[in-house]
Amino acid sequence: MDDLIHEFLIESYENLDRLDQDFVVLETGPDAEVVGRIFRTIHTLKGSAGFLGLGHLESLSHAGENLLMWLRETGEAPTREMTSALLSAADASRVMLGRLEVDGTDGTDDHAELIATLNRLQRDAAAGGIAAQPETVAEAAPQPTPEPEPEPEPAPMSVSTPVAPPVAVAPTSSAAASGDGEHPKAAGDGGSSVADSTIRVDVGLLDRLMTLVGELVLNRNQILQYSTALADGAFTATLQRLNHLTTELQEGIMKTRMQPIDSVWAKFPRVVRDLSMVCGKQVRIEMEGRETELDRTIIEAIKDPMTHLVRNSVDHGIESPEDRVRAGKHPQGVMSLHAYHEGGQVNIELTDDGAGVDVDRVRARAIERGLVTPEQAARLSERELVGFIFHPGFSTAAAVTNVSGRGVGMDVVKTNIERIGGVLDVQSTMGKGTTVKVKIPLTLAIVPALVVTSGDQRFAIPQVSLLELVRLEGAQVRTSIELVGDAPVLRLRGRLLPIVYLNRELGVERRQTWRDKTAPPHDTGPDTDAAAAAAVNTAIDDQRQVVNIVVLQAGDHTFGLVVDRINDSQEIVVKPLGKQLKGSGPYAGATIMGDGRVALILDILALAQTAHVISDTAERSGRADNEATLDQTLDRQTVLVTLVGDGKRIAIPLAQVDRLEVFAASALSMAGNQPVVEYRGQLMPVIHVDELLGCYSQDDMPSLINVVVHQCRGRTIGLAVRRVLDIVDEHIAVVALTGGGALAGSALINGQVTDILDVESAITTIDYRFFESTEADDTSTGYDNNTGGDRTNELVGAL
Amino acid sequence: MQPVLEAQQYCTFIVDGALFGVDVKRVQEVLRAQDLTPVPLAPDTIAGLMNLRGQIVLTLDLRHLLGLQPRPTDTNTANVVLRTDDGPVSLLVDTIDGVVEPSPDCYEDPPETTRTNLRTFLTHVCKLDNRLLHVLDPERLTDITHN
Repeated sequence: MDDLIHEFLIESYENLDRLDQDFVVLETGPDAEVVGRIFRTIHTLKGSAGFLGLGHLESLSHAGENLLMWLRETGEAPTREMTSALLSAADASRVMLGRLEVDGTDGTDDHAELIATLNRLQRDAAAGGIAAQPETVAEAAPQPTPEPEPEPEPAPMSVSTPVAPPVAVAPTSSAAASGDGEHPKAAGDGGSSVADSTIRVDVGLLDRLMTLVGELVLNRNQILQYSTALADGAFTATLQRLNHLTTELQEGIMKTRMQPIDSVWAKFPRVVRDLSMVCGKQVRIEMEGRETELDRTIIEAIKDPMTHLVRNSVDHGIESPEDRVRAGKHPQGVMSLHAYHEGGQVNIELTDDGAGVDVDRVRARAIERGLVTPEQAARLSERELVGFIFHPGFSTAAAVTNVSGRGVGMDVVKTNIERIGGVLDVQSTMGKGTTVKVKIPLTLAIVPALVVTSGDQRFAIPQVSLLELVRLEGAQVRTSIELVGDAPVLRLRGRLLPIVYLNRELGVERRQTWRDKTAPPHDTGPDTDAAAAAAVNTAIDDQRQVVNIVVLQAGDHTFGLVVDRINDSQEIVVKPLGKQLKGSGPYAGATIMGDGRVALILDILALAQTAHVISDTAERSGRADNEATLDQTLDRQTVLVTLVGDGKRIAIPLAQVDRLEVFAASALSMAGNQPVVEYRGQLMPVIHVDELLGCYSQDDMPSLINVVVHQCRGRTIGLAVRRVLDIVDEHIAVVALTGGGALAGSALINGQVTDILDVESAITTIDYRFFESTEADDTSTGYDNNTGGDRTNELVGAL
Repeated sequence: MQPVLEAQQYCTFIVDGALFGVDVKRVQEVLRAQDLTPVPLAPDTIAGLMNLRGQIVLTLDLRHLLGLQPRPTDTNTANVVLRTDDGPVSLLVDTIDGVVEPSPDCYEDPPETTRTNLRTFLTHVCKLDNRLLHVLDPERLTDITHN
């Protein structure tokens, strides 16, 4: 009997889950096949409940069945009220099944009210609906409630006889209806032929198989290593076969654990429907790529974050029908889910056509919560502002509803996604909508990884975090890694990449013998070149002056990890670490290498945290590079978009931006004709870009002045702008301007005409007496390849 | 003295010259020295991880755990693998001794003067013919909170 109940529970839960989806589909219009399927589900439930002596469940499903019967016969689409009542019945059934699981009964609640509602709906519909057979149906309806039949069959039969049901419905369901046998199971099986070709397998068993296959793979790898020593033809051939079989077996077992993402999505139409009703909104959900498969561990892990995103989108994203109409949109909002495989990962995109993130409100909240000062907030880009929604406790919802707005969630969503090696990205356009992109690995059990060596020990780095490998050799070693304060950084394509030494972070030292041969690494100091070289020294391969840097992505941050050696990349079987090792270090688990030894898997996010790569005030900055002249980088480049004067957009190549600073207007003073400001103990000349371009602002001088600091050859120049708008990285097609002067040209950036500042010629306008310390070899600076440079030399020479 | 009702067998091993033992029923197996992968940043009591037929097993250094002298670098080691609720945990010992079944009348409580490190894990001391057997509590040994 226990087995029977167990079977019944599994089957019923499955059927009820499908029901939710079916009901929502049905609401969009009548569909005989769907009605037939729902009907059969409820019918099976009723039959099984009667068989197991679950009276309450039986009478509830009977009432539901009656209403469905009417729908099936008339071919009418159910009203919203009907759907709600039927969904409530499905929920109530679930509750009862839950009780059954716990104590073997279907509870004490007889759900009389719900049954009455279902009966009333059916009566009303029948009375107002098809005139032909109101009496028969109305007569049949009240009958089930008082006396639940012990035998499942008669009820539907008696109702349906007058209308000859099996013929009236679509052929698919007529076959099933005729298959309605005495045994409750028969009715369920009639629904689909898929059921015959599948069996249920305990997940624990699959997990065990997975572990075994993992071991088999390792074993095979070991045998393969030995085989190189044995030159036996037959043995090698056998081994080849073993090799192939193992690989196939591994793939097969992996597949058994795969589930379509639909197992998470299936409940979303219901969630969206219920939620939009609560919020008074109209939302249509579209799903694409529901068959995209993921490992079940991942499916489990994304269930909650995905649900949260969907709820959030309905509650915050999509506007009320009135607001939508006012904004010129269709009253019904559309939320679309799209999943697809890409490069061994699964991408999930959730897009809504709602209001988008209100960056001004986010800005206000961020200031209110003290996350940023008003001055900082004014300079944040839209992208950075949108990022604030991931801050713990951050909510822009005007009112806290029971749905969302309590400020818990988005940060948890992000953390949960990142925990499984996923990445989350939000793009939002005010008034247009929001897109959340989630990128997650296919499986957690076997992952591709890069194996590196540090301090004579191997470590595995999951490939999802890996961006690129950088190898510095010979002279590059001394010049490429510089220090910011005492933090080593690498110039990588115009950006500064923080550098972390794995052996220092983990405290794994290299062999003593080696260290004795080289200069002792003295601690980092402000004396840049020597200290940088010393810092690099600790990681240099003793034979060939080489530094291996693994560029990694940890959340929004990238950093370079210096390792002693990069071994190879391989598929590793992830094994969890015991509870004794929890929190011991930045480890995501361990794995067994081909030689049978254990290697630790690095948790890149945790490593970034222990190495302080991730902090609250991450600053994007690029260094002025002598080589990076404007012409070379125009093709695709990163520019800082600023506003000067009365709304003129001026872009400055980011490579020429050293820092962004804000000064009080009162801090500026005049030295001769040149405005200057004290900056880092020196006088820095400041160019008012609006004056330079002759587009003066009508407004008064603002109390705070945004200054873009440009540095070249140890000279610092400030470019005063009204506001810093954004940092844009895109292909920029520049239109040359005639007589551009301080402008290099114009381009469309972010869809708006933006002038590009020629920093070099701009700074020729200032008084060069500030640069009396210019080196003698000034002819080789970046200035000499344009007219501005020539003027510089003239000026310097004249002094 | 706590009464010991039934005859007990102990798997015994030597650590820093002294004889220790754990309930033989809790011992999964004993192994000679294994390749260990150290875990950087982990507590000193954790000697490393070893591959036990495809399973990754945490190995605790018993010398550290019991507050004994650190092991000289060139000495041999052996592993006593214990069964725990969370999978096997190995103890790194100097040498394996054997299995003994002390007579019920030779059990004694550890003296009050025992060092705390040792005291934490010691349940009894058995007076064997010519030496003392330190009976260790496997639960406490593998419980990280004491480590």
